[in-house]
Amino acid sequence: MSDTLLEVDDLRVTFPTRTGLVQAVRGVSFSLRRERLGIVGESGSGKSQTGRAIMGVTPPQAEVSAKKLAFDGMDLLSMSPRERRALRGSRIAMILQDPKYSLDPVMTIGRQIVETLRTHEKVSKAEARERALAMLQAVQIRDPARVFDLYPHEVSGGMGQRAMIAMMLVTGPELMIADEPTSALDVTVQLDVLKILDKLVAERGMGLIFISHDLRLVSSFCDRVVVMYAGKVVEQIKASELRDAQHPYTRGLLNCMPRIGFERHPLPVLDRKPEWAA
Amino acid sequence: MTASVVLSRREWLLSDRPASRLQARLGRAYVAWRRFSANRLALVGMLIIVALLVVAAFADVLAPYSPTVGDLKNARLLPPGAAHWFGTDDLGRDIYSRVVYGARWTLYVVILVAIIAAPIGLLVGTIAGYAGGWTDTILMRITDIFLAFPKLVLALAFVAALGPGIENAVLAIAITSWPPYARIARAETLTVRNSDYIKAVQLMGASPFRIVLRHIMPLCISSLIIRVTLDMAGIILTAAGLGFLGLGAQPPLPEWGAMIASGRRFILDQWWVAAAPGAAILIVSLGFNLLGDGLRDALDPRSGDQ
Amino acid sequence: MSVAENQAAAGRGSARAVAILSSLGRFLVIAVTTYLGLLAVTFFIGRVIPIDPVLAVLGDRAPTAVVERTRREMGLDLPWIEQFYLYVKAALRGDFGTSVLTTNPVMSDIRRVFPATIELATLGTIIGAVIGVPLGVLAAVKRGSLIDQVARIVGLIGYSVPIFWLGLLGLVLFYAKLQWIAFPARLDVVYEYTFTPITGFYLLDAAIQGQWDVFYDAWRHIVLPAALLGYLSLAYISRMIRSFMLNELAQEYIVAARAKGLSERRIIWGHALRNAAVPMVTVIALSYANLLEGSVLTETVFSWPGIGLYITNSLQNADMNAVLGGTIAIGSVFIAINLFSDLLYRLLDPRTKTG
Repeated sequence: MSDTLLEVDDLRVTFPTRTGLVQAVRGVSFSLRRERLGIVGESGSGKSQTGRAIMGVTPPQAEVSAKKLAFDGMDLLSMSPRERRALRGSRIAMILQDPKYSLDPVMTIGRQIVETLRTHEKVSKAEARERALAMLQAVQIRDPARVFDLYPHEVSGGMGQRAMIAMMLVTGPELMIADEPTSALDVTVQLDVLKILDKLVAERGMGLIFISHDLRLVSSFCDRVVVMYAGKVVEQIKASELRDAQHPYTRGLLNCMPRIGFERHPLPVLDRKPEWAA
Repeated sequence: MTASVVLSRREWLLSDRPASRLQARLGRAYVAWRRFSANRLALVGMLIIVALLVVAAFADVLAPYSPTVGDLKNARLLPPGAAHWFGTDDLGRDIYSRVVYGARWTLYVVILVAIIAAPIGLLVGTIAGYAGGWTDTILMRITDIFLAFPKLVLALAFVAALGPGIENAVLAIAITSWPPYARIARAETLTVRNSDYIKAVQLMGASPFRIVLRHIMPLCISSLIIRVTLDMAGIILTAAGLGFLGLGAQPPLPEWGAMIASGRRFILDQWWVAAAPGAAILIVSLGFNLLGDGLRDALDPRSGDQ
Repeated sequence: MSVAENQAAAGRGSARAVAILSSLGRFLVIAVTTYLGLLAVTFFIGRVIPIDPVLAVLGDRAPTAVVERTRREMGLDLPWIEQFYLYVKAALRGDFGTSVLTTNPVMSDIRRVFPATIELATLGTIIGAVIGVPLGVLAAVKRGSLIDQVARIVGLIGYSVPIFWLGLLGLVLFYAKLQWIAFPARLDVVYEYTFTPITGFYLLDAAIQGQWDVFYDAWRHIVLPAALLGYLSLAYISRMIRSFMLNELAQEYIVAARAKGLSERRIIWGHALRNAAVPMVTVIALSYANLLEGSVLTETVFSWPGIGLYITNSLQNADMNAVLGGTIAIGSVFIAINLFSDLLYRLLDPRTKTG
């Protein structure tokens, strides 16, 4: 087994629209070991579509191509849909932004967790329930048996996101793609959820792709950062070296972050140059 | 040379920064038209409706025979042929001519119903939405009650009391078809009622009457037009149903529903008497449905453009 | 289960009970006002619009003595509000006056003819739902494909075709030319006298009594009108289901379900359709109500002795009591179904249980 968990080379995602083809992702390359990689960019930079393309859950009309897209040495793009599906949810998992929308509203939380498990493993109902409860415990839900039978609308956002994490981690995946996992949550619970995620990733030795628009969050949480702009990677850098970032766009993002004790007038405006996207 | 002129006109229409209100409006209309005309079925629908208008306008020219006076001696119940394209009915009248003149009555019904029902709905809806409180509750309760009624059956009962006839049929259909318009107008009113520009007009001292009339009603128009267009098919079908039951247009008016009713007696042997008017109803209803769908997709930005 | 959990469960249970009770209360208020509204409209139609309501009820050939008696019975000398009160009271007792045409009380006529309409509309709705739901789902899943186009055309024609005309053409083809079905009626004449219905639903009655020849005959009579109504219902149901499904398939939980590695089949039927199920039930109920109304024209074409034919026959004979009684009967069922589907919506959707 190679050290590299995921290899992405020249990934492109194209959407046909009425006015022609739109390239959401235009040749993204990076590789990932069992580490934490942050992908940062503004909305529309293609960071979410990158995550979804790796996951294989882009909308049906989207066209995904790459020189190489390999997970654990297996070529994802040449796989049959069935093989790809077997990977999803068992070895590669994904957390979406807002549990209000990403959990099925008419199915209890417990059943949704059990569903993931029973899709990939032959386990009895009783055992599946047991493991789902244990997983709920692991995401620090105090009363798993109660939450198991609740519908998503009956729990808070923070609780919902923990349930989402439980649903995606119950099979013990090796790679987790977290797409803005805390952006929709109250500031007060963001940290709790991040801590839980942090702990589980560390304990289980998973690879993590953390997609966010929040550079500070990413820099404190991840080992490496990929900065995307207009569907392209403009800079790859170690999180610890972020202060020495070279690219003006990354510098721009950094300058947008407020610091206590500094005068913020005039507000810095993010500089966007067309040649960065070229 | 001409190409560059056309191009610049297009650019002028699609400009992000319209210099005048007119340019903005024309630009919006142009974008809507492009979306509409990209939808082939909607164009077919528009073509059908244009054809209906043309046929109704030039019925005198297009119809070779009188729609009401037939040749009883020589031309009873003739099958379709060169002299009578759609055949003749039991009174020796040319069915093609009757179908052509029938276009006028169909238009008469849909236009009158729209003219009566849409303003009622608009008025009820905007008043309910703008006034709020008890006015809203009572008006909407009445609307809901009417919505909960079976339309055709209620129209039947109305015509039964008013007496058969095409005017009464129009009235009955209008009475039963305004509630959805009221709902739509109210919904639109509620979305703009608390907006800043309505507040601004209020601060300038405009009367509620003026606000509703000048600033709210115009905003309801486009969704109302879509809904009315989509309802046209239903109106035509109801009118034809009333005609079929002998409650709408009375003989010898060449109304399509009544023509089917008169063809019913011969349906097993002379099927063509009922076939042509029914096909006319189907085509025109289809036209309105296609046009309505197309308008909705083109004008309603919420209906997505995937 | 721990004590706390029990309490929590009980608490949720009672919150749910309160929610259901309050929606039942709202339901009753709406039912009562809507029904009163229906009566007010029919009262208006029967008593206010005609210049002489007695004439409207009896026709102009009735003897003077009868006219005078009816005038008193209808309370036409009283103020309107009092008349309406008496009218509502009578209607609540099920008293809609006497039919001139059949000389029976209108209510007993309605009881006699209603099962035929219910049988027809039920079969039509079953046909519409059984074909319409899968068609709508497939059209949404394979958006833009051939099946989507077909579903769209089928639906558009269903929305645009005059049902009575299609019925007539159907008779020409299937009865006169192909002789696949029986003539317009409910049963062959032979069986009209030998067959004793129990419930009034002939297919069911024949099956219960094991009279399969009657069943076959009844089927041959009902199949075309039911198929036509089924087509109307299919057009409506498939179109609505398609748009519900498109809406659901665009939701984030579908992406999450894909990310979980579920099969497309499970995603579509287990998640998307389950979410669309709540509005779907409403749509099927509404479609049923529409068919009750659609039966007026269909029954006329197929001489189907239900409430629709009863109303149109009465219309042609200026039998106002029967027309209004029939209108109230259809209206009541229509209202009941409307409200019932609303209530069902609240009960089925977990989001509205505690909200």
